Amino acid sequence: MDQIAAHQDNATSTDWPVAIYRTLKDFRVAQVSYVPDAGHSTLIKLSHADADIKTTVLTTEEEGVALSAGAWLGGDRAVLLMQSSGVGNCVNMLSLMASCRFPLLTLVTMRGEWAEFNPWQIPMGKATPKAFEIMGATVLRLEDPDDTEEVISAAASLAYDGDQQVAVLIAQRMIGRKKWTKETH
Amino acid sequence: MSAPTGTLDRRATVKALLAERGNLLAISGLGSSTYDLFDAGDHAGNFYLWGAMGGAAMIGLGLALAQPKRPVLVITGDGEQLMGIGSLLTIATKQPGNLSIAVLDNGHFGETGMQLSHSGLGAKLEVIASGAGIGSVSDIADMAGIETFRRGLRDVHGGTQLARIRIASGEVERALPPRDGVYLKNRFRGHLGFAVT
Repeated sequence: MDQIAAHQDNATSTDWPVAIYRTLKDFRVAQVSYVPDAGHSTLIKLSHADADIKTTVLTTEEEGVALSAGAWLGGDRAVLLMQSSGVGNCVNMLSLMASCRFPLLTLVTMRGEWAEFNPWQIPMGKATPKAFEIMGATVLRLEDPDDTEEVISAAASLAYDGDQQVAVLIAQRMIGRKKWTKETH
Repeated sequence: MSAPTGTLDRRATVKALLAERGNLLAISGLGSSTYDLFDAGDHAGNFYLWGAMGGAAMIGLGLALAQPKRPVLVITGDGEQLMGIGSLLTIATKQPGNLSIAVLDNGHFGETGMQLSHSGLGAKLEVIASGAGIGSVSDIADMAGIETFRRGLRDVHGGTQLARIRIASGEVERALPPRDGVYLKNRFRGHLGFAVT
């Protein structure tokens, strides 16, 4: 199969995932789960390389919601990484978090909102904030790489100390305009 | 394709799995599995699901990764596991040795009027689990098999084990544990020594 890889031409794109990682470490996050995503690829690599973080690849996003609940039952703080296209998959499982007031911290890279070339990404991208909000989750946006630590830290406090479900939507503009090319790797 | 012809009594099966539970932690899938676990004896180390269909095994995985020294048993039905069938692939990538999954398979959706489930229509959960990559998979049809599986629960150093357990499809009287999720969460965490803040 041809590998279609996304290239990021935003100069800051390599910095903010490291800032997220450092902030999650400050909050003693012990589990990370993810659905593969180009925007989160640096953070996923950092997480896998960290022996103190149990990193789990998922087949679908709602698995990560349930995993986060189990982690909390056992005393671990968890983070779920996904792309906006997967948010709708989580809706019913978010009722688990609301019913039991489980903390949830999910970091969502946005598609369908900034220079999007793929129309199939747009409906779920547009619905992403509402999809969280209808289930009672709090939505924060990260628009500027310089705000990364502050926003992730606020979201983590709200989740782990405030027992809330919190989604941080990472603006597509921050991830950078994507140039899609054929590549073999 | 006919439904699987299980004969095991689900209540007796779950009671046997929980016998001499020691430091075992248990998660039950919504519906009959939750009633079975409660009927076997309420315990602060039980977390009963009343919703979140398809999520029981993943909750078990998150818990097992967080508490590697404690055996974790997920008890769920064929329908609940089928809804989260992809989670078997996810669990297979981690395979914590302290995680065990018991799928009570009667080939039907018991909670909704006993329609035939996919396993009742021919899907083989034990083959799916093996194909997903779970190393230790068994197909249990008698109490001797249940006893062997129960003894394996205490071994937290092997890989994840999954059992497809052939239970009878008859209706059983409901046994209803508390439904308050926050209470169940705090009770469970309290059992593990985490204070309510």
